[in-house]
Amino acid sequence: MLRTRFRRTKLFRSLTFIAAEDAVYKPPTIFEFYPEIVAFEGTIFAINRIMMIRLIVMVLLIIIFLLWTRKFNQAVKTGNVVPGRFQVLGEMALNFVRTSIAHNQLGEKDGERFLPLLTTMFFMVLGMNITGVIPFANIAGSSVIGVPLVLGAAAYVTFIYAGIRKHGGRFFQYSLFPAGVPKVFYILVTPIEFLSTFILRPVTLVLRLLMNMIAGHLLLVLCFSATNFFVFETEGLFRLFGAGTLIFGFAFTLFEILISVLQAYVFTLLTTVYIQLALADEH
Amino acid sequence: MDSVNIAEITGNIAVIGYGIAAIGPGIGVGMVVSKTIESIARQPELAGRLQVTMWLGIAFVEALALIGLAAGFIFV
Repeated sequence: MLRTRFRRTKLFRSLTFIAAEDAVYKPPTIFEFYPEIVAFEGTIFAINRIMMIRLIVMVLLIIIFLLWTRKFNQAVKTGNVVPGRFQVLGEMALNFVRTSIAHNQLGEKDGERFLPLLTTMFFMVLGMNITGVIPFANIAGSSVIGVPLVLGAAAYVTFIYAGIRKHGGRFFQYSLFPAGVPKVFYILVTPIEFLSTFILRPVTLVLRLLMNMIAGHLLLVLCFSATNFFVFETEGLFRLFGAGTLIFGFAFTLFEILISVLQAYVFTLLTTVYIQLALADEH
Repeated sequence: MDSVNIAEITGNIAVIGYGIAAIGPGIGVGMVVSKTIESIARQPELAGRLQVTMWLGIAFVEALALIGLAAGFIFV
């Protein structure tokens, strides 16, 4: 017993000795999200890597949509009913937002009304998220609060606008004083409803997207910087850990692709549902 | 035999805090998904609507975990 323990300590000591004589591993911190400024330093237009990625994504989205609409127009004009691969992709993506998000939740009429906003939201969130796994970009455009904040504010304004447009001032009455509750309980219900509808909804929309992207990026950085550390800065058995972290990093990359699409879907779906709840008649 | 410190932990207590904060939402999301699967198994034709409700439920439950993660960054 004593001897095995001794042997084990010796093994551990030799392992820690190997690790200790080299550089210490530095895990990623929150400062990952504050890269140095690359252009226009000192002005309000200062651009860092994340901002640059956002601009590139914006330009790419505009180009893709221009190409798609040109293809669609061509197909309509020439009566060509056999779509190419690129066109099918566009039709599928746009149809997904249209049928399974907008029409499913809001119905045909209101779905069409809010479709432009919902489509923009879906593709913007998707585009900004997916840069987190694209090589050489490697950080999501939505992993700093700006993009989620703008999208969350758009959702907030839209569902309040939808409610006021439909019910006028009674929208606030419907949402703060739900029908069918005994009058005394309004003391309890109204603050909760106010908190959940007008504060927690936008805050959670923003935080969900932001935190998913931050956590995802930190996980990827952790895995790959650990791989780098194990392979290049340690010796002996420790190098084997590098293979493990590399596999984990690869798995998390695939997971991140899933998360990007899922977050785009969830963000759009939740906005749709909030609009639908605002449009709903008093129960 | 001199003692070798093989399990020294340095770092922030907030990490443990977030671990605790993730327990509740973890259980919650698990329950939401398991009930949805159960319902879909009982009534497959309602799968679409049930999934939407599931996402909504997950979104509300998950908010707690996300607030926990944000609080870890903010209050450290």
